[in-house]
Order: sequence, then C-alpha cells, then structure tokens
Amino acid sequence: MMERSYEKYFREGRLPHIWCPGCGNGLAMKAIVMAIEEKGLPQDETVIVSGIGCSSRASGYMDFDTLHTAHGRAIPFATGIKLANPRLHVIVITGDGDCTAIGGNHFIHGCRRNVDLTVIMFNNEIYGMTGGQGSPTTPLDRLTTTAPYGTSVRPFDACHIAMAAGATYVGRSTAYHVRHLAKLIGEGIDNKGFSFIEAYVQCPTAYGRKNRLGSGADMMKHMRDSAVMLSAWEKLPADKRQGKFPIGCFLKREVEDFNTSYEELVDRAGGVR
Amino acid sequence: MSVFTIREERCKGCGICVAFCPKNVLEVDALSKVHAVRPEDCIGCGQCELLCPDFAIFVDKMDREAAK
Ligand SMILES: Cc1ncc(C[n+]2csc(CCOP(=O)(O)OP(=O)(O)O)c2C)c(N)n1
Ligand code: SF4
Ligand code: SF4
Ligand code: SF4
Repeated sequence: MMERSYEKYFREGRLPHIWCPGCGNGLAMKAIVMAIEEKGLPQDETVIVSGIGCSSRASGYMDFDTLHTAHGRAIPFATGIKLANPRLHVIVITGDGDCTAIGGNHFIHGCRRNVDLTVIMFNNEIYGMTGGQGSPTTPLDRLTTTAPYGTSVRPFDACHIAMAAGATYVGRSTAYHVRHLAKLIGEGIDNKGFSFIEAYVQCPTAYGRKNRLGSGADMMKHMRDSAVMLSAWEKLPADKRQGKFPIGCFLKREVEDFNTSYEELVDRAGGVR
Repeated sequence: MSVFTIREERCKGCGICVAFCPKNVLEVDALSKVHAVRPEDCIGCGQCELLCPDFAIFVDKMDREAAK
C-alpha cells in the first residue's frame, strides 16, 4: 500500500491517539490535515495551537510547531504568535467548552479584532475530558453530570456568536462530512482574517451514552440525517427544520485584518517595525 | 478487486467502518479489530477509509489487469 499523503502530518510515534473508540475528534483532525495539504501550507511555517480538553489533545498528534496552551486560552496565544511572526499560518483547535465557556471572551474579541487565525471548534456538546459536564452548547433537555434532570438553559450557537462578534469567515460541518469539513477549513485558511469553523463531532463516551444516542457510528448517522446544506436549508419551511441544522459557509466578508491595521497604527505613531 | 491494509495497532473496533460500508464487507472480531470478511463484495467506495477516526483502514482499488 502507498502510505496516505496526510500521514506525514502526524507524529507517527504518538499514534494510536488516546481518544475513545468511535470518538469524532480523529475525523476533525483528519479534515484539518486534508485542508492543510490541499492549501499546500509548509509544515515548518504552520503552527497548531490548542487549549485544553479531549479535542485540544489533537495538537500533540500533529507534526507542526504545536502549542498546547491553557484552558480557554488558545486564541490569545495564537494572536501572540501571529503578531510576532505574521508569516506563519496559525490554526487553533478548541473544544466547545474551551471556546465558548472559559474562553468565551477570548473568542469574541478574537473575532472582533479579526486576527488572521483559522479556529476550528470541535463541538461535541459536552465537556468530554472531565466526564460529561454540560457546556454552553449542550442542547436543551440533554442529560449531563451537571444537569441530571436535563439542561434547562438554551445553548449558544457558536457560529452566530462568531458572526455577531466580527469574524470574517464562518462555517459549520460535521465529522461525518469529512471532505466538506476539509473544504470549509481550507476556505478559512484562505481568508485573511478570523475564520471560525464549527466541526460537529461525536462523543459517545461522556455524552452519547448518558443520552442514549448509541455508538459513535449511530451518532454519525444522526449527523448524516440531520445536517442540511445551507442552500437547501434556506428553502426549508420552518416545520421541516425541526431536529435539523444547517451546514456550510454562513458568512464571508472582507475586513482588514488585525496585523494590517496594527502595522498602520505603528506607522501612524512613527514607530519602527 | 480491493486490497485492504488494516493497521491493527491503531484499530479500536469502533465499528464506524462496518456501519458505513454499503456492501457489508467488514466485521469487528472479539478482540475489537476489524477484518475484511467479504473482500470480494467490496466496490472500493472508500467510505470505510474516509470515516475511520483512527487512520486504521485503507483500501486500494486494483484494476482487473493489475490484480491478475
Ligand atoms: C483553568 C481550568 N479549569 C478547568 C479545567 C478542567 N477542564 C479540563 S478539560 C475541561 C473541559 C473541556 O471541554 P471541551 O472544551 O468541550 O473539550 P472536550 O474535552 O469536550 O473535547 C475542563 C473544565 C482546566 N484544565 N483548567
Ligand atoms: S470522552 Fe468523548 S470527546 Fe473525549 S475522547 Fe472519549 S469520546 Fe472523545
Ligand atoms: S473505523 Fe477504524 S478504528 Fe473503527 S473499527 Fe473500523 S478500522 Fe477500526
Ligand atoms: S471500500 Fe466501500 S465497499 Fe469496500 S469495504 Fe470499504 S466501505 Fe465497504
């Protein structure tokens, strides 16, 4: 067999990865390296930055310059990297808890600043690593260890937050739609500004089991059957949208990125760069 | 005709490849490792490879001539 070309982006000695059987994180990680390969990003000019969580462990398996940071803080670290060396391609891997709970402020201000980062949020709708506490993206009425009678608070839609906060590329796909997800990540890489891609991933262990959602494969079948491409979604009447969700690119806009405006500011202030 | 490469050390027996194979080619054994039990039925669609979260199964489609 010819070794698959994406294997060169993995730290072979670190595999098999630690994720549970059927966990979707491996598929989101695969989509990222597919996009990196497609876009031809040089391995030594690409930095992967992650926070803390099962999803954030991805950086440890990827053969780039990688930074596994503090919980919720991947975006500020990545911002520092991009400011210090604008030539680098900076990709952030974060979880739904990492990004929208403890890291929520960093997330919205990263969007507002329009830092040229590609942020991929692995959304498993739960805190996987710590055993299934509810996250801000846990849907209503789901069972979690912190909501034994079901969640009673409405979830965040992280894509809506990113759009409202000023991100310049926003999209969503799922672990089942690996190629589609890779395509969106590639478009995020192309965008010079803050790109946010939500990747739905299954957590059969800390979420699926408690909510009787079945195996990892069952959870992926659910993604296959309930995700609707945006163009079709827009034509769906409200009653047909029940239990379904849109995937695709939701927003793309041209706004000067943080590095460019910062350089202009340095010039205006008569500084040296 | 397909040639399967299964990296057993990576396979966790999750059954995703089994569930999405349209031709029922694959099975997970008692030790949680996948096997191509009906390789002759494989149509080389690549779903198993694409959807394996563990980079454990690879399928190469051989054309008839090369397979001889
Ligand atoms: C400052 C701090 N607070 C809390 C924790 C404990 N902790 C580790 S991972 C995690 C949640 C991870 O959830 P998520 O970001 O959704 O990632 P997942 O594990 O689901 O991929 C928490 C609360 C921590 N490591 N650091
Ligand atoms: S706990 Fe959930 S998110 Fe974490 S590795 Fe297991 S399946 Fe994946
Ligand atoms: S999808 Fe991958 S890890 Fe799961 S059973 Fe198939 S080969 Fe093994
Ligand atoms: S290539 Fe397609 S038909 Fe062949 S084993 Fe894989 S999923 Fe089944």
